[in-house]
Amino acid sequence: MKAPKDLKYTPSHEWVRVRGQEAEVGITDFAQGELGDVVFVELPAVGTSVARNKSFGTIDAVKTVSDLFAPLSGEVAAINTELKANPALINQSPYEKGWMIRIKMASPAEADSLLSAEAYEKTLGAHA
Amino acid sequence: MSFVGRSEAERREMLQRIGAPSLEALWAAIPPEFRVRGSLPVDAPLAEYEIARRFAQWAESNADANHYACFLGAGVYDHFIPAALRSLLSRSEFATAYTPYQPEVSQGTLQSIFEYQSMICELTGMEVANASMYDGATACAEAAHLAIGATGRRIVLVSEGVHPHYREVVRTYAAAGSFEVRDVPLERGATAVPALKRLLTPEVAAFLWAQPNFEGIVEDGLALTEATHAAGAYSIASADPVALAVLQPPGKDGADIVVGEGQPLGVPMGYGGPLVGFFSVRKSDVRRLPGRLAGVTVDLDGRRGFVLTLQTREQHIRRERATSNICTNQGLMALANTVHMALLGAQGMREVALQSMEKAHYLARRAAQVPGVSLANGEAPYFREFVLRLPGPAAGFLRAAEKRRILAGVPLERFDRARSQEILVAATEKRTREEMDRYVETLAEWARRPAKAKVEEAACRS
Repeated sequence: MKAPKDLKYTPSHEWVRVRGQEAEVGITDFAQGELGDVVFVELPAVGTSVARNKSFGTIDAVKTVSDLFAPLSGEVAAINTELKANPALINQSPYEKGWMIRIKMASPAEADSLLSAEAYEKTLGAHA
Repeated sequence: MSFVGRSEAERREMLQRIGAPSLEALWAAIPPEFRVRGSLPVDAPLAEYEIARRFAQWAESNADANHYACFLGAGVYDHFIPAALRSLLSRSEFATAYTPYQPEVSQGTLQSIFEYQSMICELTGMEVANASMYDGATACAEAAHLAIGATGRRIVLVSEGVHPHYREVVRTYAAAGSFEVRDVPLERGATAVPALKRLLTPEVAAFLWAQPNFEGIVEDGLALTEATHAAGAYSIASADPVALAVLQPPGKDGADIVVGEGQPLGVPMGYGGPLVGFFSVRKSDVRRLPGRLAGVTVDLDGRRGFVLTLQTREQHIRRERATSNICTNQGLMALANTVHMALLGAQGMREVALQSMEKAHYLARRAAQVPGVSLANGEAPYFREFVLRLPGPAAGFLRAAEKRRILAGVPLERFDRARSQEILVAATEKRTREEMDRYVETLAEWARRPAKAKVEEAACRS
């Protein structure tokens, strides 16, 4: 199970890459593996406000659908438009090409309370 | 096990089991004023054949379309239904089929749904149709809901040319779904484009219009849709499937959602139903589509197969986030639509539409020549239905016509108290020249009578 060291994580299986005032968000390799083939992602429009721990979109696999939770509060600065035509990028490259949104953080300090790679892997426990 | 005819011994056994000494003791908690003493005030039991005879006699007193010349419409129409349709529809494989969750045992049902969807798309000029809705009214409400979700806006404009019952259903959904409905008025029977433009504010999610509309008028779908799109809102058309065989389909006008009532395609006129709705969208909105969707695919060996597809939209998977809480389709009636369209073919459907239109126009022209009678919407183009303005209360004429075995129209007073002298009249391909001439004669006779008599007639009614 891969969880890159330079990223932050949530217990609901989102990852966060902090770059200055912006945080890039996607779902972890573990999450994509559990979901199976992703067929659709519904993402918010650029400019939408997102709130920490609140749903910002949904992800459809063949047989299930899950909410996507915002790890941080702020405003959506960008969305990965590639995913519309090619949602399988989430399966193929969860940490790079499968990124979902960039959030302009309302309070960068929130990022400090996210999980480290080690802590996230521990939450997976028996699953991983 | 039977649920009737308990013996004394069985009653005693049940009472004993629950620890009640007697039936009277068991019912002691029911206040005496709610208890029936003695026997129920109903007639003595009848034999099965006596019951059948009594009901047949009652049914005979109905003024139905088999015994009367039916000029009623207002959303439900008396079109011809081929006998082959009923035979096919009552086959047990179809009549008893339920939700085809298991494609491996449901290929026939799934294929018929897929064909239904394909035919609806051809009629509406859209890219994707679902497996059907309960009726045209709920299809309109679901379409409004789709547009609300897609645009994130909360106002839905509805033309007053949409069936009044459909508008009520949309309002019911609005009350529960917290969106707001605003009416767009008609002008000489058609939606007033300047009023529409004024009402199209940036908060408007969609504009719902009907083609042809409730008064039978053919709307300028292109103008309505262009105005709606200029405000960034969804154009939703509620269309009559018979009319679509000859009119420009709303999909070609640019409409984003085309819905409607499928009853005119092979579903008999029942008192209150069943009806069946159709629902079609552009491919870009397929993820927002309510209800079931059948798709075609190939199995491991490359053979064609039909399945329910994109099910993650639906409630059994997406739960409270589903696009809609419709968890079914109107399967048997959608099949009736499919068989009907297949039996008639494209040419047959055009013929039905053209004949209905020509007959309606013949009747309207002749009726409007009767002194005092006019077309309420003047020269506005209409399809197979029109509003007649009468020289007195409509109720009197409708009763006079009934005596001559004619169901002459739907009184508009039922929807608007101010329109007591207007009736909505429809003609289908089934109406004969003799019936239409009898209609006009009856109308002329009634219109010749002194106004005083008409007022008395109306007074008698109330």
